[in-house]
Amino acid sequence: MGETGLDLADVVKRYGDTLAVAGVSLTAERGAVTALLGPNGAGKTTTLEICEGFRRPDSGRVRVLGLDPARDAAELRPRVGVMPQSGGVPSGARAGEWLRLVARFHAHPVPPGALLERLALTSCARTPFRRLSGGQQQRLSLAAAVVGRPELVFLDEPTAGLDPQSRHAAWEIVRELRAAGVAVVLTTHYLEEAERLADRVVVIDRGRVAAAGTPAELTGSVSRLRFSSRDPVDLAALTTALPAGFAARALSGGQYVVEAPGGAVGPELIAAVAAWCASRGVLAEDLRIGRRTLEDAFLELTGHELREP
Amino acid sequence: MTTIRAIDFTPRPGAAPLGRMVLAQAGMELRVLLRNGEQLLLTLVIPVLLLVLLATTSFVDLGVDGTAARAAFLTPGVLALAVLSTAFTGQAIGTGFERRYGVLKRLGATPLSRFGLLAAKVLAVLAVQGIQVAVLAGVGLALGWRPAPGAAGLAAALLLVAAGTAAFGSLALLMAGTLRAEATLAAANLVYVLLLGLGGVVVPLDAYPEALRAAVAPLPITALAEGMRDALGGGPFPLAQLAVLACWAALGGALAARFFRWE
Repeated sequence: MGETGLDLADVVKRYGDTLAVAGVSLTAERGAVTALLGPNGAGKTTTLEICEGFRRPDSGRVRVLGLDPARDAAELRPRVGVMPQSGGVPSGARAGEWLRLVARFHAHPVPPGALLERLALTSCARTPFRRLSGGQQQRLSLAAAVVGRPELVFLDEPTAGLDPQSRHAAWEIVRELRAAGVAVVLTTHYLEEAERLADRVVVIDRGRVAAAGTPAELTGSVSRLRFSSRDPVDLAALTTALPAGFAARALSGGQYVVEAPGGAVGPELIAAVAAWCASRGVLAEDLRIGRRTLEDAFLELTGHELREP
Repeated sequence: MTTIRAIDFTPRPGAAPLGRMVLAQAGMELRVLLRNGEQLLLTLVIPVLLLVLLATTSFVDLGVDGTAARAAFLTPGVLALAVLSTAFTGQAIGTGFERRYGVLKRLGATPLSRFGLLAAKVLAVLAVQGIQVAVLAGVGLALGWRPAPGAAGLAAALLLVAAGTAAFGSLALLMAGTLRAEATLAAANLVYVLLLGLGGVVVPLDAYPEALRAAVAPLPITALAEGMRDALGGGPFPLAQLAVLACWAALGGALAARFFRWE
Protein backbone atom coordinates (compact mmCIF):
# COMPACT_ATOMS: atom_id res chain seq x y z
CA MET A 1 0.00 0.00 0.00
CA GLY A 2 3.04 2.26 0.22
CA GLU A 3 3.66 3.07 -3.44
CA THR A 4 2.90 6.44 -4.95
CA GLY A 5 -0.51 6.58 -6.59
CA LEU A 6 0.76 7.60 -9.97
CA ASP A 7 4.21 8.23 -11.38
CA LEU A 8 4.81 9.24 -14.99
CA ALA A 9 8.24 9.97 -16.43
CA ASP A 10 8.81 11.41 -19.92
CA VAL A 11 5.68 9.85 -21.41
CA VAL A 12 5.31 10.37 -25.15
CA LYS A 13 2.35 9.42 -27.35
CA ARG A 14 2.06 10.12 -31.07
CA TYR A 15 -0.91 9.76 -33.37
CA GLY A 16 0.60 9.80 -36.83
CA ASP A 17 2.37 13.15 -37.10
CA THR A 18 0.60 14.62 -34.09
CA LEU A 19 2.43 14.61 -30.79
CA ALA A 20 -0.48 14.21 -28.37
CA VAL A 21 1.67 13.78 -25.29
CA ALA A 22 5.15 15.25 -25.60
CA GLY A 23 7.14 14.08 -22.60
CA VAL A 24 4.86 14.35 -19.57
CA SER A 25 6.25 13.70 -16.11
CA LEU A 26 4.04 13.94 -13.06
CA THR A 27 3.19 12.25 -9.79
CA ALA A 28 -0.02 11.92 -7.83
CA GLU A 29 -0.03 10.99 -4.16
CA ARG A 30 -2.51 8.96 -2.17
CA GLY A 31 -4.89 10.97 -0.05
CA ALA A 32 -4.55 13.90 -2.42
CA VAL A 33 -6.43 15.36 -5.36
CA THR A 34 -4.29 15.97 -8.42
CA ALA A 35 -5.91 18.04 -11.18
CA LEU A 36 -4.69 17.93 -14.75
CA LEU A 37 -5.69 21.33 -16.02
CA GLY A 38 -5.46 22.42 -19.62
CA PRO A 39 -7.32 23.66 -22.67
CA ASN A 40 -9.21 21.28 -24.94
CA GLY A 41 -6.86 19.08 -26.91
CA ALA A 42 -3.96 19.65 -24.52
CA GLY A 43 -3.39 15.92 -24.08
CA LYS A 44 -5.12 15.44 -20.72
CA THR A 45 -7.41 12.62 -21.78
CA THR A 46 -4.67 10.82 -23.70
CA THR A 47 -2.44 11.03 -20.63
CA LEU A 48 -5.26 9.63 -18.49
CA GLU A 49 -5.98 6.82 -20.95
CA ILE A 50 -2.32 5.82 -20.90
CA CYS A 51 -2.53 5.61 -17.10
CA GLU A 52 -5.76 3.58 -17.37
CA GLY A 53 -4.02 1.08 -19.65
CA PHE A 54 -6.25 1.86 -22.66
CA ARG A 55 -3.32 3.22 -24.66
CA ARG A 56 0.33 2.37 -24.64
CA PRO A 57 2.85 5.19 -24.63
CA ASP A 58 5.43 5.30 -27.42
CA SER A 59 8.09 5.92 -24.80
CA GLY A 60 8.43 6.84 -21.16
CA ARG A 61 7.65 5.11 -17.91
CA VAL A 62 4.21 4.75 -16.34
CA ARG A 63 3.67 3.39 -12.84
CA VAL A 64 0.18 3.10 -11.40
CA LEU A 65 0.24 2.01 -7.74
CA GLY A 66 3.78 0.87 -8.53
CA LEU A 67 2.61 -1.35 -11.41
CA ASP A 68 2.72 -1.18 -15.20
CA PRO A 69 -0.84 -0.54 -16.47
CA ALA A 70 -0.23 -2.51 -19.69
CA ARG A 71 1.50 -5.53 -18.18
CA ASP A 72 -0.27 -5.70 -14.81
CA ALA A 73 -3.75 -4.78 -16.05
CA ALA A 74 -5.49 -7.71 -14.35
CA GLU A 75 -3.98 -6.85 -10.99
CA LEU A 76 -4.74 -3.15 -11.33
CA ARG A 77 -8.35 -3.36 -12.53
CA PRO A 78 -9.90 -4.05 -9.10
CA ARG A 79 -7.73 -1.37 -7.47
CA VAL A 80 -8.37 1.50 -9.88
CA GLY A 81 -11.67 3.28 -10.56
CA VAL A 82 -12.26 4.88 -13.93
CA MET A 83 -14.76 7.53 -15.01
CA PRO A 84 -14.63 8.13 -18.78
CA GLN A 85 -15.49 11.51 -20.23
CA SER A 86 -18.80 10.20 -21.54
CA GLY A 87 -20.75 7.05 -22.23
CA GLY A 88 -19.49 3.65 -21.22
CA VAL A 89 -22.94 2.38 -20.17
CA PRO A 90 -25.30 0.28 -22.35
CA SER A 91 -28.10 2.59 -23.49
CA GLY A 92 -30.77 0.16 -22.29
CA ALA A 93 -29.27 -0.46 -18.82
CA ARG A 94 -31.06 1.23 -15.93
CA ALA A 95 -29.07 3.53 -13.68
CA GLY A 96 -29.42 1.46 -10.50
CA GLU A 97 -28.94 -1.79 -12.37
CA TRP A 98 -25.63 -0.58 -13.86
CA LEU A 99 -24.25 0.57 -10.52
CA ARG A 100 -25.25 -2.71 -8.85
CA LEU A 101 -23.57 -4.61 -11.70
CA VAL A 102 -20.27 -2.77 -11.27
CA ALA A 103 -20.55 -3.28 -7.51
CA ARG A 104 -21.01 -7.04 -8.10
CA PHE A 105 -17.61 -7.11 -9.83
CA HIS A 106 -15.93 -6.10 -6.56
CA ALA A 107 -15.34 -7.99 -3.34
CA HIS A 108 -16.11 -5.17 -0.88
CA PRO A 109 -18.12 -2.52 -2.70
CA VAL A 110 -19.66 0.61 -1.24
CA PRO A 111 -23.43 -0.03 -0.92
CA PRO A 112 -24.82 1.09 -4.32
CA GLY A 113 -27.99 2.45 -2.75
CA ALA A 114 -26.05 4.86 -0.55
CA LEU A 115 -24.10 6.15 -3.55
CA LEU A 116 -27.28 6.63 -5.60
CA GLU A 117 -28.75 8.59 -2.73
CA ARG A 118 -25.67 10.78 -2.28
CA LEU A 119 -25.59 11.62 -5.96
CA ALA A 120 -29.35 12.27 -6.18
CA LEU A 121 -29.92 9.31 -8.51
CA THR A 122 -32.44 7.39 -6.42
CA SER A 123 -35.44 8.81 -8.27
CA CYS A 124 -34.02 7.77 -11.66
CA ALA A 125 -32.61 4.41 -10.53
CA ARG A 126 -35.04 2.62 -12.88
CA THR A 127 -34.49 4.96 -15.83
CA PRO A 128 -32.53 3.58 -18.81
CA PHE A 129 -29.18 5.27 -19.34
CA ARG A 130 -30.18 6.80 -22.69
CA ARG A 131 -33.07 8.65 -21.03
CA LEU A 132 -30.98 10.14 -18.19
CA SER A 133 -30.02 13.81 -18.44
CA GLY A 134 -26.38 14.60 -19.19
CA GLY A 135 -25.81 15.48 -15.54
CA GLN A 136 -27.41 12.25 -14.32
CA GLN A 137 -25.23 10.25 -16.71
CA GLN A 138 -22.14 12.03 -15.38
CA ARG A 139 -23.10 11.33 -11.77
CA LEU A 140 -23.81 7.67 -12.49
CA SER A 141 -20.45 7.38 -14.16
CA LEU A 142 -18.77 8.93 -11.11
CA ALA A 143 -20.62 6.52 -8.82
CA ALA A 144 -19.49 3.53 -10.89
CA ALA A 145 -15.87 4.72 -10.69
CA VAL A 146 -15.84 4.76 -6.88
CA VAL A 147 -18.23 1.90 -5.97
CA GLY A 148 -15.46 -0.73 -5.83
CA ARG A 149 -13.51 1.03 -3.03
CA PRO A 150 -10.48 1.69 -5.24
CA GLU A 151 -7.09 2.97 -4.11
CA LEU A 152 -6.84 5.30 -7.07
CA VAL A 153 -9.50 6.92 -9.24
CA PHE A 154 -9.18 8.56 -12.64
CA LEU A 155 -11.98 11.03 -13.30
CA ASP A 156 -12.05 12.53 -16.80
CA GLU A 157 -13.88 15.86 -16.55
CA PRO A 158 -16.08 14.68 -13.67
CA THR A 159 -18.18 17.82 -13.45
CA ALA A 160 -18.45 18.86 -17.10
CA GLY A 161 -22.01 19.96 -17.75
CA LEU A 162 -23.19 19.58 -14.13
CA ASP A 163 -25.46 22.14 -12.51
CA PRO A 164 -24.07 23.86 -9.38
CA GLN A 165 -25.78 21.50 -6.90
CA SER A 166 -24.55 18.41 -8.71
CA ARG A 167 -21.07 19.87 -8.97
CA HIS A 168 -20.95 20.40 -5.23
CA ALA A 169 -22.22 16.87 -4.62
CA ALA A 170 -19.44 15.54 -6.87
CA TRP A 171 -16.83 17.71 -5.14
CA GLU A 172 -18.01 16.41 -1.78
CA ILE A 173 -17.48 12.81 -2.95
CA VAL A 174 -13.99 13.72 -4.18
CA ARG A 175 -13.13 15.29 -0.83
CA GLU A 176 -14.34 12.18 1.01
CA LEU A 177 -12.23 9.99 -1.25
CA ARG A 178 -9.19 12.11 -0.44
CA ALA A 179 -9.95 11.97 3.29
CA ALA A 180 -10.19 8.17 3.01
CA GLY A 181 -6.71 8.02 1.51
CA VAL A 182 -7.65 7.50 -2.13
CA ALA A 183 -5.42 9.01 -4.81
CA VAL A 184 -7.72 11.12 -6.99
CA VAL A 185 -6.53 12.15 -10.44
CA LEU A 186 -8.96 14.28 -12.41
CA THR A 187 -8.91 16.37 -15.53
CA THR A 188 -10.74 19.64 -15.75
CA HIS A 189 -10.80 22.86 -17.63
CA TYR A 190 -12.69 24.56 -14.86
CA LEU A 191 -10.17 26.72 -13.04
CA GLU A 192 -12.50 27.14 -10.11
CA GLU A 193 -12.65 23.39 -9.74
CA ALA A 194 -8.88 23.03 -9.73
CA GLU A 195 -8.47 25.92 -7.31
CA ARG A 196 -11.07 24.69 -4.83
CA LEU A 197 -10.56 20.96 -5.04
CA ALA A 198 -6.99 20.15 -5.95
CA ASP A 199 -4.04 19.73 -3.65
CA ARG A 200 -1.85 19.81 -6.67
CA VAL A 201 -2.45 21.24 -10.10
CA VAL A 202 -0.58 20.10 -13.19
CA VAL A 203 -1.10 22.52 -16.07
CA ILE A 204 -0.88 20.62 -19.35
CA ASP A 205 -0.61 22.47 -22.62
CA ARG A 206 0.24 21.16 -26.07
CA GLY A 207 1.12 17.77 -24.61
CA ARG A 208 3.60 19.16 -22.08
CA VAL A 209 3.54 20.05 -18.41
CA ALA A 210 3.52 23.85 -18.45
CA ALA A 211 3.57 24.20 -14.67
CA ALA A 212 2.86 22.14 -11.58
CA GLY A 213 2.35 22.90 -7.93
CA THR A 214 -0.23 23.68 -5.30
CA PRO A 215 -2.84 26.25 -6.33
CA ALA A 216 -1.12 28.73 -3.99
CA GLU A 217 2.26 28.10 -5.60
CA LEU A 218 0.80 28.62 -9.05
CA THR A 219 -1.02 31.81 -8.19
CA GLY A 220 1.95 33.06 -6.17
CA SER A 221 2.07 35.87 -3.67
CA VAL A 222 1.79 38.44 -6.42
CA SER A 223 -1.03 40.87 -5.96
CA ARG A 224 -2.33 43.34 -8.48
CA LEU A 225 -4.63 46.27 -8.75
CA ARG A 226 -7.50 46.21 -11.17
CA PHE A 227 -10.00 48.81 -12.18
CA SER A 228 -12.35 49.52 -15.00
CA SER A 229 -13.17 52.79 -16.64
CA ARG A 230 -15.36 54.07 -19.42
CA ASP A 231 -12.94 56.94 -20.01
CA PRO A 232 -9.90 56.40 -22.22
CA VAL A 233 -6.73 55.58 -20.27
CA ASP A 234 -3.30 56.52 -21.59
CA LEU A 235 -1.36 53.47 -20.38
CA ALA A 236 2.11 54.88 -21.09
CA ALA A 237 1.33 58.04 -19.15
CA LEU A 238 -0.15 56.09 -16.27
CA THR A 239 2.87 53.82 -16.06
CA THR A 240 5.26 56.77 -15.73
CA ALA A 241 3.22 57.99 -12.78
CA LEU A 242 3.52 54.66 -10.93
CA PRO A 243 6.10 53.54 -8.32
CA ALA A 244 9.17 51.96 -9.91
CA GLY A 245 8.62 48.52 -11.44
CA PHE A 246 4.87 48.77 -11.80
CA ALA A 247 3.24 48.89 -15.19
CA ALA A 248 -0.33 49.26 -16.42
CA ARG A 249 -1.92 47.19 -19.14
CA ALA A 250 -5.37 46.86 -20.60
CA LEU A 251 -7.59 43.79 -20.48
CA SER A 252 -10.68 43.42 -22.59
CA GLY A 253 -13.84 45.44 -21.96
CA GLY A 254 -12.31 48.61 -20.50
CA GLN A 255 -10.55 46.80 -17.69
CA TYR A 256 -7.05 47.65 -16.58
CA VAL A 257 -4.44 45.89 -14.47
CA VAL A 258 -1.54 47.46 -12.62
CA GLU A 259 1.15 45.12 -11.38
CA ALA A 260 4.88 44.57 -10.99
CA PRO A 261 6.70 41.28 -11.57
CA GLY A 262 6.90 39.62 -8.17
CA GLY A 263 5.65 42.77 -6.49
CA ALA A 264 2.89 43.33 -3.99
CA VAL A 265 0.44 46.19 -4.03
CA GLY A 266 0.99 48.75 -1.30
CA PRO A 267 -0.90 51.89 -0.24
CA GLU A 268 1.38 54.14 -2.28
CA LEU A 269 0.40 52.36 -5.49
CA ILE A 270 -3.31 52.93 -4.82
CA ALA A 271 -2.61 56.57 -4.08
CA ALA A 272 -0.57 56.95 -7.27
CA VAL A 273 -3.25 55.38 -9.48
CA ALA A 274 -6.02 57.40 -7.83
CA ALA A 275 -4.03 60.65 -8.12
CA TRP A 276 -3.25 60.03 -11.78
CA CYS A 277 -6.87 59.25 -12.56
CA ALA A 278 -7.99 62.44 -10.76
CA SER A 279 -5.48 64.52 -12.73
CA ARG A 280 -6.78 63.15 -16.02
CA GLY A 281 -10.46 63.25 -15.11
CA VAL A 282 -10.70 59.46 -15.40
CA LEU A 283 -13.30 57.79 -13.20
CA ALA A 284 -11.85 54.50 -11.97
CA GLU A 285 -14.71 52.14 -11.15
CA ASP A 286 -14.64 48.77 -9.52
CA LEU A 287 -11.13 49.35 -8.21
CA ARG A 288 -9.85 46.36 -6.29
CA ILE A 289 -6.70 44.65 -5.10
CA GLY A 290 -6.41 40.91 -5.45
CA ARG A 291 -4.07 38.02 -5.73
CA ARG A 292 -3.43 36.60 -9.11
CA THR A 293 -6.09 33.96 -9.72
CA LEU A 294 -5.42 30.53 -11.12
CA GLU A 295 -7.19 31.78 -14.22
CA ASP A 296 -4.59 34.53 -14.65
CA ALA A 297 -1.79 32.00 -14.17
CA PHE A 298 -3.44 29.58 -16.54
CA LEU A 299 -3.96 32.12 -19.30
CA GLU A 300 -0.40 33.38 -18.95
CA LEU A 301 0.89 29.82 -19.26
CA THR A 302 -1.32 28.65 -22.08
CA GLY A 303 -1.92 31.90 -23.96
CA HIS A 304 -5.05 33.88 -24.55
CA GLU A 305 -5.82 33.00 -28.13
CA LEU A 306 -8.57 30.56 -28.99
CA ARG A 307 -7.26 27.35 -30.42
CA GLU A 308 -8.55 24.68 -32.67
CA PRO A 309 -9.19 21.62 -30.52
CA MET B 1 -32.19 19.78 2.07
CA THR B 2 -31.66 16.17 2.90
CA THR B 3 -28.95 15.23 5.33
CA ILE B 4 -25.80 13.90 3.74
CA ARG B 5 -24.87 10.39 4.72
CA ALA B 6 -21.13 9.88 4.84
CA ILE B 7 -19.85 6.88 2.90
CA ASP B 8 -16.81 4.90 3.92
CA PHE B 9 -14.50 5.11 0.93
CA THR B 10 -11.51 3.61 2.74
CA PRO B 11 -9.77 1.62 -0.01
CA ARG B 12 -10.61 -2.05 0.13
CA PRO B 13 -10.16 -3.22 -3.42
CA GLY B 14 -10.71 -6.74 -4.62
CA ALA B 15 -12.25 -8.56 -7.53
CA ALA B 16 -15.36 -10.66 -6.96
CA PRO B 17 -15.11 -14.39 -7.80
CA LEU B 18 -15.20 -14.95 -11.58
CA GLY B 19 -18.46 -16.93 -11.43
CA ARG B 20 -20.25 -14.11 -9.65
CA MET B 21 -18.97 -11.54 -12.14
CA VAL B 22 -19.99 -13.64 -15.14
CA LEU B 23 -23.47 -14.30 -13.74
CA ALA B 24 -23.98 -10.63 -12.93
CA GLN B 25 -22.89 -9.57 -16.42
CA ALA B 26 -24.95 -12.32 -18.09
CA GLY B 27 -28.01 -11.15 -16.13
CA MET B 28 -27.46 -7.60 -17.36
CA GLU B 29 -27.02 -8.73 -20.97
CA LEU B 30 -30.16 -10.86 -20.76
CA ARG B 31 -32.30 -8.09 -19.29
CA VAL B 32 -31.11 -5.59 -21.89
CA LEU B 33 -31.82 -8.11 -24.68
CA LEU B 34 -35.30 -8.93 -23.43
CA ARG B 35 -36.19 -5.25 -23.01
CA ASN B 36 -35.22 -4.42 -26.56
CA GLY B 37 -38.35 -4.40 -28.72
CA GLU B 38 -36.61 -4.69 -32.10
CA GLN B 39 -34.62 -7.65 -30.83
CA LEU B 40 -37.76 -9.42 -29.67
CA LEU B 41 -39.25 -8.88 -33.11
CA LEU B 42 -36.34 -10.78 -34.66
CA THR B 43 -35.93 -13.41 -31.97
CA LEU B 44 -39.56 -14.35 -31.33
CA VAL B 45 -42.22 -12.50 -33.30
CA ILE B 46 -40.91 -13.19 -36.81
CA PRO B 47 -40.10 -16.89 -36.18
CA VAL B 48 -43.51 -17.51 -34.58
CA LEU B 49 -45.34 -15.68 -37.38
CA LEU B 50 -43.43 -17.58 -40.04
CA LEU B 51 -44.13 -20.88 -38.38
CA VAL B 52 -47.86 -20.23 -37.94
CA LEU B 53 -48.45 -18.57 -41.32
CA LEU B 54 -46.51 -21.06 -43.43
CA ALA B 55 -47.88 -24.09 -41.56
CA THR B 56 -51.52 -23.05 -41.80
CA THR B 57 -51.47 -21.72 -45.37
CA SER B 58 -49.94 -22.90 -48.59
CA PHE B 59 -48.21 -19.67 -49.63
CA VAL B 60 -44.98 -21.62 -49.91
CA ASP B 61 -44.81 -25.07 -51.47
CA LEU B 62 -43.09 -27.18 -48.84
CA GLY B 63 -43.55 -30.43 -50.73
CA VAL B 64 -45.94 -31.73 -48.06
CA ASP B 65 -49.62 -31.23 -47.35
CA GLY B 66 -51.52 -30.60 -44.14
CA THR B 67 -50.76 -28.31 -41.23
CA ALA B 68 -49.10 -31.02 -39.12
CA ALA B 69 -46.80 -32.15 -41.91
CA ARG B 70 -45.96 -28.57 -42.78
CA ALA B 71 -45.23 -27.79 -39.10
CA ALA B 72 -43.01 -30.87 -38.96
CA PHE B 73 -40.94 -29.50 -41.81
CA LEU B 74 -40.95 -25.89 -40.61
CA THR B 75 -40.27 -26.18 -36.87
CA PRO B 76 -36.63 -27.38 -37.06
CA GLY B 77 -35.86 -24.69 -39.66
CA VAL B 78 -37.47 -21.98 -37.56
CA LEU B 79 -35.46 -23.19 -34.56
CA ALA B 80 -32.34 -22.72 -36.70
CA LEU B 81 -33.58 -19.22 -37.58
CA ALA B 82 -34.00 -18.51 -33.87
CA VAL B 83 -30.37 -19.46 -33.25
CA LEU B 84 -29.32 -17.16 -36.11
CA SER B 85 -31.38 -14.23 -34.81
CA THR B 86 -29.97 -14.37 -31.29
CA ALA B 87 -26.39 -15.54 -31.78
CA PHE B 88 -25.73 -13.53 -34.93
CA THR B 89 -28.07 -10.61 -35.54
CA GLY B 90 -28.73 -9.75 -31.91
CA GLN B 91 -25.10 -10.10 -30.82
CA ALA B 92 -23.70 -8.22 -33.81
CA ILE B 93 -25.99 -5.24 -33.29
CA GLY B 94 -25.75 -5.28 -29.49
CA THR B 95 -21.98 -5.61 -29.39
CA GLY B 96 -21.54 -3.08 -32.22
CA PHE B 97 -23.36 -0.41 -30.22
CA GLU B 98 -21.59 -1.40 -26.99
CA ARG B 99 -18.33 -0.79 -28.78
CA ARG B 100 -19.56 2.49 -30.22
CA TYR B 101 -20.80 3.78 -26.83
CA GLY B 102 -17.56 2.82 -25.09
CA VAL B 103 -19.22 0.08 -23.02
CA LEU B 104 -16.62 -2.53 -23.96
CA LYS B 105 -13.86 -0.10 -23.08
CA ARG B 106 -15.52 0.79 -19.77
CA LEU B 107 -15.98 -2.89 -18.90
CA GLY B 108 -12.30 -3.34 -19.71
CA ALA B 109 -11.55 -1.09 -16.75
CA THR B 110 -13.55 -3.29 -14.34
CA PRO B 111 -12.34 -6.55 -12.79
CA LEU B 112 -14.41 -8.48 -15.38
CA SER B 113 -11.90 -9.97 -17.82
CA ARG B 114 -12.47 -10.30 -21.56
CA PHE B 115 -12.93 -14.01 -21.05
CA GLY B 116 -15.54 -13.27 -18.39
CA LEU B 117 -17.36 -10.88 -20.72
CA LEU B 118 -17.39 -13.45 -23.52
CA ALA B 119 -18.64 -16.14 -21.14
CA ALA B 120 -21.41 -13.82 -19.98
CA LYS B 121 -22.46 -13.13 -23.57
CA VAL B 122 -22.58 -16.85 -24.33
CA LEU B 123 -24.71 -17.49 -21.23
CA ALA B 124 -27.11 -14.68 -22.15
CA VAL B 125 -27.42 -15.99 -25.71
CA LEU B 126 -28.08 -19.54 -24.48
CA ALA B 127 -30.71 -18.26 -22.06
CA VAL B 128 -32.54 -16.37 -24.83
CA GLN B 129 -32.30 -19.46 -27.05
CA GLY B 130 -33.83 -21.52 -24.26
CA ILE B 131 -36.81 -19.18 -24.24
CA GLN B 132 -37.02 -19.29 -28.05
CA VAL B 133 -36.90 -23.07 -28.16
CA ALA B 134 -39.61 -23.34 -25.50
CA VAL B 135 -41.93 -20.95 -27.34
CA LEU B 136 -41.27 -22.20 -30.88
CA ALA B 137 -41.37 -25.89 -29.95
CA GLY B 138 -44.63 -25.18 -28.10
CA VAL B 139 -46.14 -23.51 -31.15
CA GLY B 140 -44.84 -26.32 -33.38
CA LEU B 141 -46.33 -28.99 -31.13
CA ALA B 142 -49.63 -27.12 -31.05
CA LEU B 143 -49.63 -27.14 -34.86
CA GLY B 144 -49.15 -30.88 -34.91
CA TRP B 145 -45.35 -31.29 -35.05
CA ARG B 146 -44.48 -34.65 -33.51
CA PRO B 147 -40.69 -34.90 -33.29
CA ALA B 148 -39.22 -38.35 -32.74
CA PRO B 149 -35.56 -37.62 -32.20
CA GLY B 150 -34.51 -40.35 -29.77
CA ALA B 151 -31.49 -39.80 -27.52
CA ALA B 152 -29.00 -39.63 -30.38
CA GLY B 153 -31.16 -37.15 -32.28
CA LEU B 154 -31.60 -34.96 -29.24
CA ALA B 155 -27.86 -34.98 -28.58
CA ALA B 156 -27.27 -34.12 -32.24
CA ALA B 157 -29.73 -31.21 -32.00
CA LEU B 158 -27.96 -29.84 -28.90
CA LEU B 159 -24.59 -30.19 -30.64
CA LEU B 160 -25.95 -28.39 -33.68
CA VAL B 161 -27.29 -25.52 -31.58
CA ALA B 162 -23.95 -25.25 -29.76
CA ALA B 163 -21.93 -25.33 -32.98
CA GLY B 164 -24.37 -22.93 -34.68
CA THR B 165 -24.17 -20.53 -31.75
CA ALA B 166 -20.38 -20.61 -31.87
CA ALA B 167 -20.34 -20.05 -35.64
CA PHE B 168 -22.91 -17.25 -35.66
CA GLY B 169 -21.57 -15.69 -32.47
CA SER B 170 -18.00 -15.47 -33.73
CA LEU B 171 -19.19 -14.03 -37.06
CA ALA B 172 -21.28 -11.51 -35.09
CA LEU B 173 -18.22 -10.43 -33.10
CA LEU B 174 -16.18 -10.20 -36.30
CA MET B 175 -18.77 -7.83 -37.79
CA ALA B 176 -19.33 -5.83 -34.58
CA GLY B 177 -15.62 -5.49 -33.90
CA THR B 178 -14.64 -4.22 -37.32
CA LEU B 179 -17.55 -2.20 -38.81
CA ARG B 180 -19.17 0.98 -37.57
CA ALA B 181 -22.22 0.39 -35.40
CA GLU B 182 -24.65 1.72 -38.03
CA ALA B 183 -23.08 -0.44 -40.74
CA THR B 184 -23.32 -3.45 -38.44
CA LEU B 185 -26.99 -2.70 -37.78
CA ALA B 186 -27.77 -2.61 -41.49
CA ALA B 187 -25.56 -5.53 -42.48
CA ALA B 188 -26.70 -7.83 -39.67
CA ASN B 189 -30.35 -7.31 -40.56
CA LEU B 190 -29.60 -7.79 -44.26
CA VAL B 191 -27.75 -11.03 -43.58
CA TYR B 192 -30.71 -12.23 -41.49
CA VAL B 193 -33.16 -11.57 -44.31
CA LEU B 194 -30.90 -13.06 -46.98
CA LEU B 195 -30.21 -16.22 -44.99
CA LEU B 196 -33.90 -16.52 -44.13
CA GLY B 197 -34.77 -16.39 -47.82
CA LEU B 198 -31.89 -18.37 -49.28
CA GLY B 199 -30.75 -20.69 -46.52
CA GLY B 200 -33.25 -23.51 -46.71
CA VAL B 201 -34.98 -22.32 -43.54
CA VAL B 202 -38.60 -22.30 -44.70
CA VAL B 203 -38.14 -23.67 -48.22
CA PRO B 204 -36.85 -27.21 -48.72
CA LEU B 205 -33.42 -27.33 -50.31
CA ASP B 206 -34.80 -29.78 -52.91
CA ALA B 207 -36.98 -26.97 -54.28
CA TYR B 208 -33.89 -24.88 -55.16
CA PRO B 209 -32.40 -24.88 -58.65
CA GLU B 210 -29.39 -27.19 -58.85
CA ALA B 211 -26.78 -24.39 -59.08
CA LEU B 212 -28.23 -22.46 -56.17
CA ARG B 213 -28.46 -25.59 -54.05
CA ALA B 214 -24.72 -26.14 -54.32
CA ALA B 215 -24.09 -22.51 -53.43
CA VAL B 216 -26.26 -22.44 -50.30
CA ALA B 217 -25.43 -25.86 -48.90
CA PRO B 218 -22.20 -24.66 -47.21
CA LEU B 219 -23.98 -21.70 -45.54
CA PRO B 220 -24.10 -22.05 -41.75
CA ILE B 221 -27.85 -21.45 -41.64
CA THR B 222 -28.48 -24.14 -44.26
CA ALA B 223 -26.30 -26.61 -42.39
CA LEU B 224 -28.09 -25.81 -39.14
CA ALA B 225 -31.61 -26.01 -40.61
CA GLU B 226 -30.94 -29.23 -42.55
CA GLY B 227 -29.13 -30.74 -39.58
CA MET B 228 -31.99 -29.90 -37.22
CA ARG B 229 -34.50 -31.52 -39.58
CA ASP B 230 -32.41 -34.72 -39.63
CA ALA B 231 -31.75 -34.68 -35.87
CA LEU B 232 -35.34 -34.01 -34.79
CA GLY B 233 -37.03 -35.97 -37.57
CA GLY B 234 -35.30 -39.27 -36.98
CA GLY B 235 -32.95 -38.81 -39.92
CA PRO B 236 -29.27 -39.77 -40.12
CA PHE B 237 -26.75 -38.26 -37.68
CA PRO B 238 -25.98 -34.79 -39.18
CA LEU B 239 -22.21 -35.19 -39.23
CA ALA B 240 -21.63 -33.20 -42.43
CA GLN B 241 -23.72 -30.28 -41.15
CA LEU B 242 -21.88 -30.31 -37.82
CA ALA B 243 -18.60 -30.22 -39.71
CA VAL B 244 -19.76 -27.22 -41.78
CA LEU B 245 -20.76 -25.34 -38.62
CA ALA B 246 -17.47 -26.23 -36.90
CA CYS B 247 -15.55 -24.84 -39.89
CA TRP B 248 -17.52 -21.58 -39.76
CA ALA B 249 -16.93 -21.35 -36.00
CA ALA B 250 -13.19 -21.90 -36.44
CA LEU B 251 -12.99 -19.39 -39.29
CA GLY B 252 -15.14 -16.77 -37.55
CA GLY B 253 -13.32 -17.26 -34.25
CA ALA B 254 -9.88 -16.89 -35.81
CA LEU B 255 -10.87 -13.78 -37.78
CA ALA B 256 -12.63 -12.20 -34.80
CA ALA B 257 -9.63 -12.85 -32.55
CA ARG B 258 -7.40 -11.26 -35.17
CA PHE B 259 -9.47 -8.22 -36.21
CA PHE B 260 -11.80 -7.40 -33.31
CA ARG B 261 -11.29 -3.82 -32.08
CA TRP B 262 -12.51 -3.00 -28.59
CA GLU B 263 -13.06 0.67 -29.41
